[in-house]
Amino acid sequence: MKLDASGLQSFAPHRADPDNLYPDLSAPPSFDLPGCPDFDGFQKKAIQTVKPAKGTTTLAFIFNEGVIVAADSRASMGGYISSQTVKKIIEINPYMIGTMAGAAADCQFWHRNLGIKCRLHELANKRRISVTGASKLLANILYSYRGMGLSVGTMIAGWDETGPALYYVDSEGGRLKGKRFSVGSGSPYAYGVLDSGYRSDLSIEEAAELARRAIYHATFRDGASGGVASVYHVGPNGWKKLSGDDVGELHYKYYPVVPAIVEHEMADAPPA
Amino acid sequence: MALRGDWVYENNGGTCVAIAGLDYCVVAADTRLSVGYSIYTRDYSKICNLCDLLFPADKCVLASSGFQGDMKALQKNLAAKHLVSVHLLHIYQHQHNKQMSCPAMARLLSNTLYYKRFFPYYTFNILGGLDNEGKGCVYTYDAVGSYERVGYSCQGTGGALIMPVLDNQLKSPSPLLLPARDAVTPLSESEAVDLVKDVFASATERDIYTVRFPIFFQLLAFCESDIFPTQQHAYSSRVLNDPILK
Repeated sequence: MKLDASGLQSFAPHRADPDNLYPDLSAPPSFDLPGCPDFDGFQKKAIQTVKPAKGTTTLAFIFNEGVIVAADSRASMGGYISSQTVKKIIEINPYMIGTMAGAAADCQFWHRNLGIKCRLHELANKRRISVTGASKLLANILYSYRGMGLSVGTMIAGWDETGPALYYVDSEGGRLKGKRFSVGSGSPYAYGVLDSGYRSDLSIEEAAELARRAIYHATFRDGASGGVASVYHVGPNGWKKLSGDDVGELHYKYYPVVPAIVEHEMADAPPA
Repeated sequence: MALRGDWVYENNGGTCVAIAGLDYCVVAADTRLSVGYSIYTRDYSKICNLCDLLFPADKCVLASSGFQGDMKALQKNLAAKHLVSVHLLHIYQHQHNKQMSCPAMARLLSNTLYYKRFFPYYTFNILGGLDNEGKGCVYTYDAVGSYERVGYSCQGTGGALIMPVLDNQLKSPSPLLLPARDAVTPLSESEAVDLVKDVFASATERDIYTVRFPIFFQLLAFCESDIFPTQQHAYSSRVLNDPILK
């Protein structure tokens, strides 16, 4: 079996190590593999042992004014919440953002890698990479690692020469173009709100509010989602973060505490 | 989990804590190494001062818990990269005209862990240090390299016991909030040290893998001059020399 490490290609000038004193260190980066016959069994057990951080709700949709992207911020390792402040919306360049669902390390690493590739494309071609192109770069890398246990569910959203664009890419090699996606353990709940409130003629404020409400309701029903609901908008001038709200505080916004109505005021008993 | 056949991992336990402040960073780790119910040693430092030998003025230390073999391998790997880049080839220093900062080291550690994605280092790491502005910084990792800059963190067998206490004492508004709110750990350096001593004392009450008296590293920035000279104190606690009390 061959492992494709071309995705890791280093572009920094490599100083030679003439005496070959440090063969491991002067070599281009690559992945270490366990020397055991049962690779799949090893992966499964290793993942159970090290419990990498995961769990998410993310969503994105295209409407007339651009693309809205939103996510929660919780990471859990099994039942333990390992962080409430994960940045799940990754800024690839000023016109393109990616979302992060699945194993945190896989998403972080390959998005970082994608960011490098997009920048190099820009330098080589004197124009920004299209969202179509960027998502295909990522999908091709992930496809080359298919079956090795990567866990990535991502959306690439941006504005390029063709206008707004949105792609869903996953670690099984899938790549879909679409108007509306939600990814992660909380996605069924988010879809419920998103689908019922979506129109293409929403204003930016209305669209942001829809996304926020969808994330909030996902965190309400999904234990693996929570923290802060962040909402980004991508327009012709690039992305902008519109809001970041603690979902605990959003709860009281959507369901304000109403003072209980007192049905019977205590009064003096009427004189007999 | 025993070492049988293909299986090469063991959890040797242990706990690491780090707290960052405005001009300091405190990193602490306990010193016990065990497997199952039996204790290998009570005198093993889980903190690696990546830079002590190489740069006297360097700004970060690495604390790891998990499998001791992998801990050692990871520390050696990082130290070697450092050695090569500093003494032999000067790659980093030549290309950037500066020594590697703590945020750069954090990224290097993330990549190092991820390159072992399919054969992970079974280690849970915290990198503590001072950033380019002399502010305390703490980076917390999972075993395969996802990382995040935080104000404080705790990893290892005592992590789930200590983290809620740190949250209770130190939690600041999330950096993701918009409009942003200030998020600095509101403690002085000596208060932070006291807090760390307390949380270790508490974790020891309920975790068999954690030993009571941790080793401390304190990284301090003194802002009188333009540069931020760093002082590192390895606090070997009173009991470190007393094998009965440990």
